[in-house]
Amino acid sequence: MANKSVILRIKRQANPNDKPHWEEFELPYKPGMNVISSLMEIAANPVTREGKSTTPITYDSNCLEEVCGSCAMLINGRARMACSALVDKLDQPIRLEPFTKFPVVRDLATDRSVIFENLKAVKAWVPIDGTYDLGSGPRMSMEDQEAAYPLSRCISCCCCMEACPQFNESTGFVGAATISQVRLFNTHPTGAALKRERLAALMGDGGIQECGYAQNCVEVCPKDIPLTRSISEVGGEVMKQAIGDLFRK
Amino acid sequence: MASNPKIIVIGGGLAGLSAVIKIAEMGGQVDLFSIVPVKRSHSVCAQGGINAAKNLKGEGDSTWQHFDDTIYGGDFLANQPPVKAMCDAAPGIIDLLDRMGVPFNRTPEGLLDFRRFGGTLYNRTAFAGATTGQQLLYALDEQVRRYESEGKVKKYEHWEFLSAVLDGNRLCRGICAIDLRTMEVRTFPADAIIICTGGIGAIFGKSTNSVVCTGSAQSALYQQGCYYANGEFIQVHPTSIPGEDKLRLMSESARGEGGRVWVPKTPGDKRDPKSIPQSERWYFLEEWYPKYGNLVPRDVATRAIFKVVYELNLGIDGKPMVYLDLTHIDRKILDRKLEGILEIYEKFVGDDPREVPMKIFPGMHYTMGGMWVDFVQATNIPGIYAAGECEYQYHGANRLGANSLVSCIFGGFVAGPAAVNYARNQKAAAGNGHFDAERKHQQENNAMLMKSDGKENPFKLWRELGDLMTANCTVIRYNKKLQETDGKLCEMLERFRRINLSDRSQWANTSVVFARQLYNMLQLSRVIAQGAAMRDESRGAHYKPDFPDRDDKNWLKTTKAYFAPDADEPKFEFESVDISLIPPRPRKYDVAK
Repeated sequence: MANKSVILRIKRQANPNDKPHWEEFELPYKPGMNVISSLMEIAANPVTREGKSTTPITYDSNCLEEVCGSCAMLINGRARMACSALVDKLDQPIRLEPFTKFPVVRDLATDRSVIFENLKAVKAWVPIDGTYDLGSGPRMSMEDQEAAYPLSRCISCCCCMEACPQFNESTGFVGAATISQVRLFNTHPTGAALKRERLAALMGDGGIQECGYAQNCVEVCPKDIPLTRSISEVGGEVMKQAIGDLFRK
Repeated sequence: MASNPKIIVIGGGLAGLSAVIKIAEMGGQVDLFSIVPVKRSHSVCAQGGINAAKNLKGEGDSTWQHFDDTIYGGDFLANQPPVKAMCDAAPGIIDLLDRMGVPFNRTPEGLLDFRRFGGTLYNRTAFAGATTGQQLLYALDEQVRRYESEGKVKKYEHWEFLSAVLDGNRLCRGICAIDLRTMEVRTFPADAIIICTGGIGAIFGKSTNSVVCTGSAQSALYQQGCYYANGEFIQVHPTSIPGEDKLRLMSESARGEGGRVWVPKTPGDKRDPKSIPQSERWYFLEEWYPKYGNLVPRDVATRAIFKVVYELNLGIDGKPMVYLDLTHIDRKILDRKLEGILEIYEKFVGDDPREVPMKIFPGMHYTMGGMWVDFVQATNIPGIYAAGECEYQYHGANRLGANSLVSCIFGGFVAGPAAVNYARNQKAAAGNGHFDAERKHQQENNAMLMKSDGKENPFKLWRELGDLMTANCTVIRYNKKLQETDGKLCEMLERFRRINLSDRSQWANTSVVFARQLYNMLQLSRVIAQGAAMRDESRGAHYKPDFPDRDDKNWLKTTKAYFAPDADEPKFEFESVDISLIPPRPRKYDVAK
């Protein structure tokens, strides 16, 4: 039985200091709709279910094929990407809210720049000598490439951080995505040169020991990245290095 | 001028980040502007791979072959020397990306693996699963983050370019941009600027492009006096997945790994595709183009699908769709080499393409045309450089698959040092009021939009624009319709004056920003429609049934549009093409070249 219309309940907030409120929208159903196409529909006709004129919804988006990491939000309470949230597979009314662990910019758009700061802190890059011609890179087995590639598909959407009970202001936890990037760069033959510094950055407050093993991260990751495995591997390395440091002192 | 000049780079996709890295390496200071955090740029959508003639498969491939395939694939419209330089540089670029940690697929020996792409008979495409663009972008993003942490790069993310600041001598001295959160309009001085703002998909409504690919920056610069070249050359990708919000790309690599395009021989055949026997399927690309088969260039494949669907009425179930079939290929190989795109199909359509043939149809994908640049990526306005999809240099009348990533990176690698060298030889700007004047001008534009209280919703107007341009300026073109299109564009520009923004707030107002983009889209659309109307021949992606052949005598030339502010419309000049290396020859894909 086809639905004739789609109902969305959207949590709105005009600016970071404003109080949030809810608005409801009713849209004509079209096959293949997703949350983004619904938001586009509202922009073309910004009227609530009660017939009140309102403003188009502000939200982050770009690629609309779940590879840029922009459109993360809470959809029916779950942290996920709006582009791949198909209306046919969602219970109605569809509830849209901004992430709760990141500052709201406006409506569904949040400031998730903390992830990029975290990537800086752990030096998530391969320290190459320069961009001039220095010949080919290190050889790599198919097995090693197949282990690295899934980690390298992280889209920095921050779903894993939103879902993590330990990711909050009091712990300052760095979150699963960044830890997984540490694993990626530490296993790269050239990237490993910065391994000690990366592990050191994950020690202490907000570091890897804040993880409470709730495993929510791996549950919500839209790219199925083995985040808990990354945490346990990197956790072991951090521990080894910490003990080593203790004896060196 | 200081030995470490300040360069502004606009856009943080592959081209922009490549330029940034070179500038930082040369000791320059960079301000990097991007609408989205640079890691979320449209380059992440590139799927299949990046071309370089490394000749690791014992096929006798060479950079000359790559060059020849690119020129031939582009139907001889590209100036040849820069294309040759790009093809010569490509193997070194792959090595560099490999050193940066891109997880390219490997051979059993641990070397880079290569696959075939359209328009070539060689395995020349390096790839990282089917998310190669994402992987390349991340590698460059990481290097830029390293420079950022060293203080050599300052990012302005969530800022949008509005215009260049030109001085009294019409030299570029900086930019004017808007903070997309506070809505503050500000100018930024620079010794040179590099535009790396990507594609123009939004002009066609739904395309394979990302939301930010509006062409707004290019259009703004065209309206400020930059030439826009070959605007009429628009690539429609043969295999995309139609959607409500966008057309999602189904990579050419699906065919590179053996995917076959077919339709049932019987019109309206309602059987489950798996149950249709081989003898009742029509593999039309393989039949029409025995040498290249499913890997003909995109313009050729797209026209073939149009013919099958619209002339022969053989679309699946009578609808505009054909099958792209991978089900005969081993699951493990598919997962290792194509997982990213199979996942997209699964998530957005709901079927598993390992089990069921995919239903696909052509979709607007890429612009070969763009800002006119010289061989060092300089536009005609001193101090403004351009690289990546936003410029016109490397792909002639049709781009070959997996050449865009290499052209972005190469273009950025040329533009960065060229801008630094220019800046080092440039005298400092005399103090003048051009910055204030430009800022005020842009603030007034915003204020006007905010005040306007007509009836036109910008998002609805945009949908109309998309439908108009897709119907008349893509695969098949007729002069009458192109002229009508330009007339409608004029009407839409008139209607734009009566726009009504339903949002007038001064914080993160996406409506006003979108309205500005829409205006620029409308202006650039006229360049495309008029350029197409003028070019009475068929070449690469530009096809007119009334002029079905390539006409080198009259049309082997670059279209250069410039804006005439008084008339508020494009004017055109033509420039001869540099064919100094490979003499033009007929382009045919039913036989080997």
